[in-house]
Amino acid sequence: MNSLVYMRYELLRTLRNRRFFVLSLGFPLVLYYLIAGSNRNVKDIGGTGLSAPLYFMVGLASFGTMSAMLSSGARIAAERAVGWNRQLRITPLSPRTYFRAKVLTAYMMALLSLFALYIAGTTMGVSLEADQWLKMTGLILIALVPFGALGILIGHLLTPDSIGPALGGGIALLAFVSGTWFPIPSHGFLHDIAQFLPSYWLVQAAHIAEGAHPWPARAWIVIAAWTVVLSALAARAYRGDTGRV
Amino acid sequence: MSASGIAARAPWRASEIQLSGLVKSFPGPDGPIEAVRGIDVGISAGETLALLGPNGAGKSTTIDMLLGLLTPDAGTVSVFGRSPSEAVAEGAVGAMLQTGALIRDLSVRELVAMMASLYPAPMPVDEVLALTGVSEIASQRTNKLSGGQTQRVRFAVALVSNPELLVLDEPTVAMDVEGRRSFWTTMREFAARGKTIVFATHYLEEADAYADRAVLMAHGGIVADGPTTEIRAMVGTRTIRATLPAADTGELGALPGVTAAERHGDVVILSCADSDAAIRALLTAHSDARDIEITAAGLEQAFLALTADAPAEPLTGKPAQGTP
Repeated sequence: MNSLVYMRYELLRTLRNRRFFVLSLGFPLVLYYLIAGSNRNVKDIGGTGLSAPLYFMVGLASFGTMSAMLSSGARIAAERAVGWNRQLRITPLSPRTYFRAKVLTAYMMALLSLFALYIAGTTMGVSLEADQWLKMTGLILIALVPFGALGILIGHLLTPDSIGPALGGGIALLAFVSGTWFPIPSHGFLHDIAQFLPSYWLVQAAHIAEGAHPWPARAWIVIAAWTVVLSALAARAYRGDTGRV
Repeated sequence: MSASGIAARAPWRASEIQLSGLVKSFPGPDGPIEAVRGIDVGISAGETLALLGPNGAGKSTTIDMLLGLLTPDAGTVSVFGRSPSEAVAEGAVGAMLQTGALIRDLSVRELVAMMASLYPAPMPVDEVLALTGVSEIASQRTNKLSGGQTQRVRFAVALVSNPELLVLDEPTVAMDVEGRRSFWTTMREFAARGKTIVFATHYLEEADAYADRAVLMAHGGIVADGPTTEIRAMVGTRTIRATLPAADTGELGALPGVTAAERHGDVVILSCADSDAAIRALLTAHSDARDIEITAAGLEQAFLALTADAPAEPLTGKPAQGTP
């Protein structure tokens, strides 16, 4: 038994799905150039102290990577619809390997999306120290963990025809309240909600450029809590999902 | 080839597969619907067993419980002395489920190799591809296959683990005549390796031709269980046709060995439980009977007779308990 072989084919399948690939990488890039391009010379957007190209680079990266992580749900739902999930259940494939393969594939897509936006950012004049790039990437990857679990959860709960609207609406809503399209004011109702969302802290990773650590203890707790809850729910959904769809 | 895998699992041959008192209901609009109503089946290692029945008889539900995909409401399943999930985890079970397509964006060979990687002692990929007749399409993408080709690849996926128990739920549904023939040839080859095979079908000739034993299901219960020859013997197994203008059908129906008599013009048709006794009695009573034909009824007729009026309550008395 070799779980690496299994994961390799999962990755291969994802890379070969060109439409999926191009759309998931392309959309955030187009949006980035549209939004950041028109604010190119803004040095301090919404009182954040960050330039517009940097702020929106991370904002759109949060949008792109969230979408990439959650798109595993759409792929799982499609596999379930053709009965593949049941076929896998009568193999020795462990839930652990299955989850790993799904999360790894999602992270691969997220990383590609992230790097594409980094490159776009530098073309718009974003310039950071090497260690700032690294730390920022690290924070973004950590904040994405709960989304890996969420993708698996919705994949095992929803059908292919309902997952489109669920993802489209869900991601748009999360992006809106997390500051992807415009900075969240530093106090008020929106700010109070956003504090409890892992996607908010994704966008906050941009503040690494200011030198200080952008994540207070609260950020780590919020992300850990979402990870624990969503992983438990995803595991439960997977266990119960052996019937005919 | 795959000798090591077989050797490692050899002790299992001694044990059996046992379904005991299985009950399963599903929620329906007017309360729970009992899909399986307390069935008992024992399957010997190396046996090929057909689960026969019309749609809605409970075959697929039974198979899902055998594979551990469904948990029975009552009763137990033992696969080679283990629970279904243990047997699956050890790679002892292969199955081709009723509904199913293949995942896309892999070639046939890649897909089979991916599945092989999940098992402790799989068959070599090339051997499986050859065995199931998909070697020529091995480099094609799974989303470019015809229905029949897809079924053969699904068969390859079911076989790649070199399972001790192979379960096939209506495997030949999307296949043409030629596809069916080669499919069953492969299945027989696999059975000849001493494997246990359970297949569900509503093609009666398939059960007749390829199973050692048939379990006939209707309305969630077992209506008959035995060698296919025995199942046929349970209803008017043979039919006597004769030209006999004068005889009364009531009188003919009362002859020894005859279960029913009907008339079509000058021809009478006698359904017989014991055609030997019936023909002797017929010729004794009516020496003028002409154009006599005795034909064996197909399993088709047995099937219709047995499932048409199956009781709605759980069945207890099984007409024939087959334990070869």
